[in-house]
Amino acid sequence: MKNTLIAGAAALAALFTGAASAQSITGAGATFPAPIYQKWFADYHAAHSGVQINYQAIGSGGGIKQLTDGTVDFGASDKPMSDTEVAAVKVKPLHFPTVLGGVVLTYNVPGVETGLQLSGDVVAGIFMGTIKKWNDPKIKADNKKANLPDKDIVVVRRSDSSGTSFVFTDYLSQVSPEWKSKVGAATAVQWPTGLGQKGSDGVAGMVKQTPNSIGYVELLFAAQNKMTFADLKNASGKYVKATFESVTAAAAASKGLDKDFRGSIVNAPGAKSYPLSTYTWLLIPSQIADAGKKKAITEFLKWMLTDGQKQAEGLSYAPLPAAVAKQVQAQIALIK
Amino acid sequence: MATHTAAARPIRKKRLIGGDELAKAFTLFFAVLILVVTGTLVYQLWITSSPAKEKFGFGFLASTLWNPVTDEYGALPFIYGTVLTAFLALVISVPLGVGAAIYLSELALPKVSNALTFLVELLAAVPSVIFGLLAIFTLVPAMRDYVQPALQKVFGFSPLFGGPIFGVGYLTAGIILAVMTFPFIISVSREALMAVPREQREAALALGATKWESTWQIVVPFARLGILGSVFLGLARALGETMAVTMVIGNDPAIHASLLSPGYTIAAVIANEFAEASGKMYPSALVELGLVLFALTMLINGLAQLMIVLTTKKGAAKG
Repeated sequence: MKNTLIAGAAALAALFTGAASAQSITGAGATFPAPIYQKWFADYHAAHSGVQINYQAIGSGGGIKQLTDGTVDFGASDKPMSDTEVAAVKVKPLHFPTVLGGVVLTYNVPGVETGLQLSGDVVAGIFMGTIKKWNDPKIKADNKKANLPDKDIVVVRRSDSSGTSFVFTDYLSQVSPEWKSKVGAATAVQWPTGLGQKGSDGVAGMVKQTPNSIGYVELLFAAQNKMTFADLKNASGKYVKATFESVTAAAAASKGLDKDFRGSIVNAPGAKSYPLSTYTWLLIPSQIADAGKKKAITEFLKWMLTDGQKQAEGLSYAPLPAAVAKQVQAQIALIK
Repeated sequence: MATHTAAARPIRKKRLIGGDELAKAFTLFFAVLILVVTGTLVYQLWITSSPAKEKFGFGFLASTLWNPVTDEYGALPFIYGTVLTAFLALVISVPLGVGAAIYLSELALPKVSNALTFLVELLAAVPSVIFGLLAIFTLVPAMRDYVQPALQKVFGFSPLFGGPIFGVGYLTAGIILAVMTFPFIISVSREALMAVPREQREAALALGATKWESTWQIVVPFARLGILGSVFLGLARALGETMAVTMVIGNDPAIHASLLSPGYTIAAVIANEFAEASGKMYPSALVELGLVLFALTMLINGLAQLMIVLTTKKGAAKG
């Protein structure tokens, strides 16, 4: 009994001293890049045992909120912070793009197994509730050969607030003036129609089991779950399948990010660009008082923008265009 | 007399210090703790929701807007969904639950009754997310493919059963809530029926009543307080249920006339949106919804108490 107690105490002591000597960093935010973030943080810890980064995938809105409240060392988001959000944080946060992703429209229409083609106008109409049936002439115009049924369209969308919803509504606001004036772009909006489901898995599950339904999920999620999704018409009038190449093409062709590395790349020009593409960001405070933490975070960022980028494709993310990665590296020096 | 109390006093004092006093202090502490928890809850809800209360006032209760983009919020679609689904649940589960309780306590063989009661109590212990999964994989497809088309065919003339068919919606949520509330109704009603003294039944039978007459006219009225209690317990669960409802109600913050349409409840919207609600007004509006749910539950429970008091008086006058 006594021996086990002593052993236990020794183990506890070892645990505490171990924790004290390691640099522990906490972050929270977007769920979409969470798989690659977890891999990065684990790999980085394996190579630099002194640094332990904990990441909680609680969603983009939650990441911004916790950063603003100062409960985490860094945040992560699929939506760049607005000027008012930036102003609300005590220490100005810096945006570090990490990888690229896409949002796809997944559907379940008996008789149309693959190859559905949609234009931005039609997608906006479906999610506005103005296009109600699958055999609507507007959908038929894009899909002359498809055998579209005379059935009500079941629209499925996110019920929780989400970076994915932001990318999707941002796109709809750019392609449809009606959407922009009536609904707008945000992580959560007042949806004119549709069934709300929590999380990408909720949307995917509802679409899979409901005939004649359509919903939006992240490209990575759709690819992993082998879901069918529609080709989208881009700004140059071409129908493009969502792939990691077409997402990267959109990033390369878009007018790019502003000097703070914020900005949207939806509806990018270029024949190969997939129109529903986005960057995702780490939000790092521009001043870090703790010298140890500052050193650990800046070194991690350097690694992430160089060696870390090579892991992206293995995990089905699109890496940053080389030019962007280089520009972002210069921003590390701004962390004081 | 005087000597007697003088002798008794020291002994009593000793005993109080030794055990009773301590026990009293302890239990008082626990009782006060309940008050403190409830008080803190209300205080927190009140304080955290104050930005929304200041901005929207009582209009919050009547507005159907729920727009995080323009930061305008209203509670009406959620209140409607919460009350409607709870009502549908009770409409289904009260006859089923009370009927089953009568069978279990009065008519079934003891062996059958015990086995079934065990199963019912097991059902009451199943976590709600499991009911939600059950609903998604069995109830929703069944509703979509068979029940709702049939309802629409027969009652399609009424707006209550109009509109497109989704499988999810108010009615589906009401049914899954009924499944979740009736274990409580059966269990508590059965206890109440079993507690009716044997003499009541014997007297009725001796006067020539059939078994059913004795059950329906003597035993059930005798146990009605307990049965009402079970109904309100079920109602409380239906009003506050979160997980299973959010999985099948369709989460659409609007008021639809059709029972087949998607809707939203207060508990479901808080569960869905609170974690990622950013800014000042959005979380505050969600907390105010929590306050509304709290008030709604209090109101309904108050009405229930009132109803019990009234029916008891009537019963006493009759007796």
